[in-house]
Amino acid sequence: MTPKTKPPDAFSPGQTPTFEVSARESLRDAQLRRNLGKATQTIRRKRTVAVEEMPDWEELREAGRALKERTLRHLDKYLLQLEESVTRAGGVVHWARDADEANRIIAGIAREKGAEEVVKVKSIATDETKLNEHLEAQGIHAFETDLAELIIQLAGENSSHILVPAIHKNRAEIRELFLRELDVEELSDEPKDLTNAARLYLRKKFLGAKVGISGANFAVAETGTVSVVESEGNGRMCTTLPPVLVTLMGIEKIIPAWRDFEIFMQLLPRSSTAERMNPYTSFWTGVSGEAGDGPQEFHLVLLDNGRTDVLADEIGRQTLNCIRCSACLNVCPVYERTGGHAYNSVYPGPIGAILTPQLVGIGKPGSDSLPYASSLCGACYQVCPVKINIPEVLVHLRGKVVRHKQDKGTLRQKLDPENAAMQAMARTFSDPKLYERAQRLARVGQLPFARGGRITSLPGRLAGWTAVRDLKPIPEQSFREWWKEERG
Amino acid sequence: MATAKETILWRVRRATRDVPEGERPEDVRVERGYRKEGDGARDDIVARFAEHVAEYEATVHRVAEDGLPARIAQILQKRGLEILVVPPLLPEAWIPEGVEVLRDAAGPRLTNEELDEAGGVLTGCALGIAQTGTIVLDAGPGQGRRALTLLPDYHLCVVREEQVVDLVPEAFAKLEETVRGEGRAVTFISGPSATSDIELNRVEGVHGPRALEVLIVG
Repeated sequence: MTPKTKPPDAFSPGQTPTFEVSARESLRDAQLRRNLGKATQTIRRKRTVAVEEMPDWEELREAGRALKERTLRHLDKYLLQLEESVTRAGGVVHWARDADEANRIIAGIAREKGAEEVVKVKSIATDETKLNEHLEAQGIHAFETDLAELIIQLAGENSSHILVPAIHKNRAEIRELFLRELDVEELSDEPKDLTNAARLYLRKKFLGAKVGISGANFAVAETGTVSVVESEGNGRMCTTLPPVLVTLMGIEKIIPAWRDFEIFMQLLPRSSTAERMNPYTSFWTGVSGEAGDGPQEFHLVLLDNGRTDVLADEIGRQTLNCIRCSACLNVCPVYERTGGHAYNSVYPGPIGAILTPQLVGIGKPGSDSLPYASSLCGACYQVCPVKINIPEVLVHLRGKVVRHKQDKGTLRQKLDPENAAMQAMARTFSDPKLYERAQRLARVGQLPFARGGRITSLPGRLAGWTAVRDLKPIPEQSFREWWKEERG
Repeated sequence: MATAKETILWRVRRATRDVPEGERPEDVRVERGYRKEGDGARDDIVARFAEHVAEYEATVHRVAEDGLPARIAQILQKRGLEILVVPPLLPEAWIPEGVEVLRDAAGPRLTNEELDEAGGVLTGCALGIAQTGTIVLDAGPGQGRRALTLLPDYHLCVVREEQVVDLVPEAFAKLEETVRGEGRAVTFISGPSATSDIELNRVEGVHGPRALEVLIVG
């Protein structure tokens, strides 16, 4: 297999295009739209069935949200407790301030074990830190073992969905890829045959690997138990067979107690793959010692990389509740049309639109454009198993982006029409007289542009608004005027 | 210079300055209003378990205690299994004649290559969960190390009726002692290994056993 470089994203050095620019490109790809439409419709329907089966779904969501709130408000205590319990169980805990520090720790362990190859379970945290590229530069090749991750690794592409990273590829495209890269001579495009080709290819890697690398879905502060939730069995392979296991987890993945799994192991599978339970979940507590069950060495790397900045924002903090189920992607009308690549981030979709700009920091044009990649329809909030109010955070971040331009921007940015409009709007909204006058003016001013109850193009500086959406004309009588007439 | 640990903890504390000084974790209310125990009859719970396991494309049989050894032999013969992996402390009566048996033990452990080449594995389990059709292994007697149920392509698992709980929270409550005490690894298995990565079509059998067969005894 020839190593391929993935395209840069929000977590790579340098700039990425804005959502608007990338989305336009995605929208031109009719095949992508068909693949995505079919996939998201299927999973949406299945999720509804899986959730409707649960009479206590709302109680579980509320408990999940509250537990995450408790954990985040007292994260320092839980981190120390986790370090202590993992150490007591025979594991080693490392702390990483940023991506580079995490990569250096992991590469150091692999080098020390003399590993030239490592096997990996799907982990978005390692995608965020660009671990594979870092290892490759040191002569260590990381084999992705999740089927979809393998597909995009072979293709040299980025993930386009949290759960099903190769959702943008159809069976014919995957067959072509496997014929070229996996050294097989005959292969049909049946998913069963494609899957079997991957099984045979990776089995040898699992048996020979000295080091396994995983992410974590949850880690229990009280017992030091770490868990990986998966379907294929590659997670079990990577966390069981190699003598050394390294797990990278974001500091927000902690849950307080073992019993708390009773909440999250009900919320996650039904929200994610729309199943009652996913095929495999592994829970391990340090190393087993003489029982010889699993690795002899276990390293847990705790990653910050911007998470404490998210934590510091009282409205943005809830973003860290996320358990990476991807339900919000599947219901999002924007995601369904543009696909994941338009977000230029390892975290696409509605959750990515709020997580990415907070993790990398406001002030980068690419990620600053993400909070605008939404119609604020609220479907994401409705399905979120841990009740992240994504629309609320989106609006909050839009405000931050605009304020950032005002504070830090150049003169040109300060005179930006949107910025000027936002300031004028703020003044108008805060004064009832100004507001009413503006409404009357607008009603007269819109006459030349309204056609059949819609405004499809506005002139001059306002053209930006109608370039991507139609506008409803302002009604002849405002609510305030009606109220005065009726009750005044 | 501050260590990474000191820096991260300092950042966390600075980020949570809005949390009042005296607030304890338990002061943040967590309303656990969800179901913690089912109230169904035993027969219904076991029937639901069987039904849900079967929905994952696993094969399910129900058998009386005294018919168990014969049924195991019959199932393995029908499958044409030649080499069977057996964990420590599996009831001897379960192990049929006529197949080559590979016993895993504390001393000479089976190698990964041996496990890879074996056709199948026979185990008991720690629990079954009716609500989700899940089998729980906790590396206890008759279950063995995790690799045993991972590398062979076929897993035959014996579940006793009294091991089946109704709801997910009941399972985590029962497992608490094992995890807190010996810290043994726990594996949840819900159907055979599967993927939906290609056009969201479910395909059974990626890396774990491609076939799962469950015998419910009682």
